[in-house]
Amino acid sequence: MIGRLSARYGPPAAAFAVFLLAWEAVVRLARLPPYVLPAPSLVATTLIADRATLFASLWVTLRTTFAALGLAIVGGSLLAILFSQWKWLERALLPFAVVLQVTPIIAIAPLLLIYLPAWGAVLSCAFFVAFFPILANFSLGLASTDRNLLDLFALYGASRRQTLVMLRLPAALPYFFAGLRIGAGLALIGAVAAELAAGASGQETGLAFRIVEAGYRLDIPRMFAALVLISLAGIAIYFSLSALAHLVLRHWHESGGV
Amino acid sequence: MSDAVVVLKDVGKTFANGTRSLAHLNLAVQAGELVTLLGPSGCGKSTTLRLLAGLETPSSGTVAVPARKPGQVGFVFQDPTLLPWATVADNVLLPLRLQKMQAAEARRRCTDVMRLVGLADFARAYPHQLSGGMRMRVSIARALAPRPRLLLMDEPFAALDEISRFRINDDLLRLKKELKTTIVFVTHSVYESVYLASRIAIMAVRPGRVTEEIAIDPPLPRGADLRTSAAFLGYCDRAMRALGRAAAEDRR
Ligand SMILES: Nc1ncnc2c1ncn2[C@@H]1O[C@H](COP(=O)(O)OP(=O)(O)OP(=O)(O)O)[C@@H](O)[C@H]1O
Ligand SMILES: [Mg+2]
Repeated sequence: MIGRLSARYGPPAAAFAVFLLAWEAVVRLARLPPYVLPAPSLVATTLIADRATLFASLWVTLRTTFAALGLAIVGGSLLAILFSQWKWLERALLPFAVVLQVTPIIAIAPLLLIYLPAWGAVLSCAFFVAFFPILANFSLGLASTDRNLLDLFALYGASRRQTLVMLRLPAALPYFFAGLRIGAGLALIGAVAAELAAGASGQETGLAFRIVEAGYRLDIPRMFAALVLISLAGIAIYFSLSALAHLVLRHWHESGGV
Repeated sequence: MSDAVVVLKDVGKTFANGTRSLAHLNLAVQAGELVTLLGPSGCGKSTTLRLLAGLETPSSGTVAVPARKPGQVGFVFQDPTLLPWATVADNVLLPLRLQKMQAAEARRRCTDVMRLVGLADFARAYPHQLSGGMRMRVSIARALAPRPRLLLMDEPFAALDEISRFRINDDLLRLKKELKTTIVFVTHSVYESVYLASRIAIMAVRPGRVTEEIAIDPPLPRGADLRTSAAFLGYCDRAMRALGRAAAEDRR
C-alpha cells in the first residue's frame, strides 16, 4: 500500500520539491528583490503573516464558488432530466444554454453588475460557467443508456419512472461526475473572474480583489500568496470530487470514477 | 395447435430505412419445444426474436404470442446486459422488482434461480468481478426468475470458449427440463443448434425467412459421447446441407 502510494505520488512530489528549491536558489543567488520575484519562503511567510485577511477572502470566494456550484448542480441536473423526458423541451431550450456557454463570461460580467448587486453578479457568473458542463455531460449520460438494457426494461413493462430511476439515472452517474468535476473547476474560475470585474464594489472582498489590491501596492509576495491559495482551493476541490466519484462508482469497474 | 406458444404467419419486417429484414416468414413453436434459429449473419434472426418479444412490430403478417405479458417472456441478449452498478442478486431481482413482486417472494425466487444456474455463492458480487461465462449465467438467471413461459435467447454463448459453451449448453438443457420452459434459441453454430434443439429452423438471407425445418426426433440420447455419435453427426450434416440449399436459393 505504502509502496503503491509512493510510486504514484512520489515522482510528482519530488518534481515539485525540486521546482521550489530551484526557485528559491535562483532568487537568493541572483539577489532578486521581492518586488521582482519573491522566493517561495517569502510567499509562505507572507501567507502566514497575512492569514487573517487572506483566509477571510478565500472564504468569501469559496462561498461564492460552492453556492454557484450547488445551484448549477440542481439546475443542470433538473434540466438534463427534463430534457431526457421531453425532447421538444431540449430543442426549445438548448440554444439558450449554448448561447450562455459560448459567450465569454467576463464579457457578460459588466452587464450583470449593472443589473444585480455585486454579490449577485459574481454568483451568477460562477453559476453560468458551472451550469453548462453539468447539463451537457448529464444530458449525454441520460441519452446514452445501453439500448439492450432499455429493451430489457421495455420487455418487463417498466414504467417511465422506473426506467428513469432504476436505469437512466444510475447509468448516467459517471457522466454526471465528469461534468461535476469540470463544473466545479469552472465555478472557481468564474467566481474569481467575476470578482476581478466587480472590483471593490462589494462589501465583502474575495481573493481576486486581494490580488488586484496587492498589485496596486506592488506587494508582489502577497499577490503570490493569494494565487497559491486559489490554486490550492482548486486542487482540493478537484481531488475531493474525484474521491467522491471513485467512492460512488467503485463497484462498476476497476476504472470506476477515475 | 392449441399448445402453440408462438405462431408467426407470413411475417414481413421492413425497417424505416428501407432494409427488408424479413419476408413471408412462417414459424410455429409448441409448448415445451426448444427451437433453434440457424442461419447466416443478417438473415433476421435477431429481428425475429425482437418481434416475438414485442420489441418490434411486424410490417406485415401476424405475430401471435399468447403468453406475451410482462414476465411471461424472458430475453437473453448476446451480451449479458447487466446493470454494472448492481450486485448479481439485484440484477436477478430486477424483473421481479419491475413487476412489483413482494420482496420476500422475490428473494426466494432469486435464491432458487441462482442455485439453479450455479451462482449461489456470488449473490453479492458485482458483474465486473465475474468471468464472461458467469455473467451469462446471471443473465439467464434473471430471465428465468419471473418463470417465463417463453424464453428467447439471441446467440447467448457466442462469446464463450468451447469448453464453457459445452458446459453451459448442458446446464441450459437441464434447466429447461426442470422449468418446462419453451425456448427459441438463435445461433450461428450448426453443432450447438443440433445439440440443443428439438427442432431446427433454417433461415435464408435477403429477405430473411425460414426455408426448412429439421425435427430432432426421437430426441438424441444425452451423454458425454453424444457430440461424436453417428446420429449427432448425421443431424449436423443435414443441417449443413439445408444451410447450403438456403444459401444457393439466395444466389439465384
Ligand atoms: N433497427 C434496424 N434498422 C434498420 N435495419 C435493421 C435494424 N435491425 C436490423 N436491421 C437489418 O435487418 C437485417 C437482419 O438483421 P438481424 O439483426 O435480425 O440479423 P441476424 O440474423 O440477427 O444477424 P446476426 O447473426 O449478424 O446477428 C440486417 O440486414 C440488418 O442490417
Ligand atoms: Mg443477431
